[in-house]
Amino acid sequence: MRTTRFAIVLCVLLALAAVVFGFAASEPAIAPIAPPPTASFDPALVQRGAELAAIGNCGVCHTAPGGREFEGGVALPTPFGTIYSTNITPDADTGIGAWSEAAFLRAMRNGVRRDGAYLYPAFPYDHFTLVTDDDDKALYDYLMTRRPVRSMPPDNALPFPLNVRLVMFGWNLLFLRQGPYRADSAHDDTFNRGAYLADGLGHCGACHTPRNVLGAEKVDGKFAGGEAEGWTAYALNASSPAPVPWNADTLFQYLHRGFEQEHGVARGPMADVTGDLRSVPDNDVRAIATYIAAHMPSTGTAQQAAQRPELQTPRGTAVAAASADSQAMRAAGGNGDEGAAIYAATCAGCHEGPRAMPYGGIDLAFSSGVSGPSPTNLINVVLYGLPAAAEARNPIMPGFASALDDNQLVALLRYLRGRFSGKGPWNEIERSVHDARNGDGQRPAGPADSARYNPAVPK
Amino acid sequence: MKLNVNNRQHDVDADPRTPLLYVLRDDLKLNAAKFGCGLGQCGACTVLVDGEPVFSCVTPVALLAGKAITTLEGLGTLDDPAPIQRAFIEAQAAQCGYCIPGMMMRAQALLQKNPHASDTEIRAWLEPNLCRCGTHLRILSAIHRAQAIMRAAQAGDAG
Repeated sequence: MRTTRFAIVLCVLLALAAVVFGFAASEPAIAPIAPPPTASFDPALVQRGAELAAIGNCGVCHTAPGGREFEGGVALPTPFGTIYSTNITPDADTGIGAWSEAAFLRAMRNGVRRDGAYLYPAFPYDHFTLVTDDDDKALYDYLMTRRPVRSMPPDNALPFPLNVRLVMFGWNLLFLRQGPYRADSAHDDTFNRGAYLADGLGHCGACHTPRNVLGAEKVDGKFAGGEAEGWTAYALNASSPAPVPWNADTLFQYLHRGFEQEHGVARGPMADVTGDLRSVPDNDVRAIATYIAAHMPSTGTAQQAAQRPELQTPRGTAVAAASADSQAMRAAGGNGDEGAAIYAATCAGCHEGPRAMPYGGIDLAFSSGVSGPSPTNLINVVLYGLPAAAEARNPIMPGFASALDDNQLVALLRYLRGRFSGKGPWNEIERSVHDARNGDGQRPAGPADSARYNPAVPK
Repeated sequence: MKLNVNNRQHDVDADPRTPLLYVLRDDLKLNAAKFGCGLGQCGACTVLVDGEPVFSCVTPVALLAGKAITTLEGLGTLDDPAPIQRAFIEAQAAQCGYCIPGMMMRAQALLQKNPHASDTEIRAWLEPNLCRCGTHLRILSAIHRAQAIMRAAQAGDAG
């Protein structure tokens, strides 16, 4: 009896608390507007907004493969459930056509919809909060001049209580540090420009920084490496796995072209990023490269690299390719096991052949895929290849998903790791292979000009 | 080494690094699969390995011990063409014809797994195979025709 009364009192108190909390946490709706005519926007700002949208990779999440631009509906798998991206075309009913500039700024800064509901941080407003008013306005102008598409994304598949958007009030209290970006006077303008772009609109940390149990980026783990859609996002800090340390120049080449011959090829979600960055002014890409490179090791790993003679003569920089004799020796250089035989027969023709990147394969001693913390990216590329990109000289590779069975693939991966990485063996390769072959919600290894413009690669 | 091609065991005297395509054409005289780019980028050399399409120009025979290889010759003959072959002939899907064996094999792999594949699925599935003549619409129409022939044959079996 007493327990029942206590339970009732508790329920009433909780309900009251919820009402008070709900009141405190609620955000007002911002009045809808009629979508402004395209001609009312300044073309110069629209152009700037297009570059900013490329830096922010808006289309990667808001345009479905084969879908119409910015209509949303892309499934974003998260540890908490599946979130579907929204329609950000200027359609008044299903997109953001009724959003005023103020509503757009609030969404970018505070993660709140025009109608006052909270957005989920799958939309990285924890980064976008750093964006300046001017840049937000240019983005707004760009999006509001796109073709309106009437399209409603599916409902999110989130469990209770996460499906109650109000809980994001608490998340924001805990984790949202509002902008705008404040320049670091200890560094020059290029570095600060890069920091503003990479930490803000570019939201590099969304994939490259590990997250805590509540899905927020770990403050003490900036750029320590993460994962995205079945791909490893390599560490961009002192624990970068690159055999040859990155610097601002090589990173610029990589971000600008989608590959770099002493590091590798952008694939999976990163291919979308580099595909977008091709349309971004060089100065901005260079600034991002400068900022990110400043987090990377410069000397320590370089000394380690110096102890690995195979890293001293990148093939393709030299005019003369390795002689046929030395190729044959390298190809047979393993311990005669199955992996070595598969490598020699299947891979060496391109990866030790006379052609330089992009039409020859990378020297695998330089590949972050081989020296990375997990075999995930390497498996994805071996299975599904590197499809050709439209209108760009980009690395290509056929996929071997049907030619290699699981045992052959595992033997090959073990051999590549042992021969080329200078690191210890990977754990649980078999499971990684199984996951890559059967992974759901995984982005295939699309061409570097953006996977989203192509139909889904059938499994 | 031993290779299982079109349900027959062949003893092949070849370096294990030799691409399957060369063994098929030069040693076994199975000339349907074509050498196009040699880089696994055009699909003219497509054959089936355990029912899945592979680019035979970049698949060394070393990988193929114990696996079932199927070429276009293994599907049917001039006198008794398989549904996919009959459909391509009836739809007159070939212009120069160089890409067609690869197209047929890749389509065959899809229809074996999913006889009711939609037009969208067929288009996406065939994306790796290139045709420079531009007969894509005839090829698509032939694949739909093959589906119809297969369905009719199944209905006939059932009846």
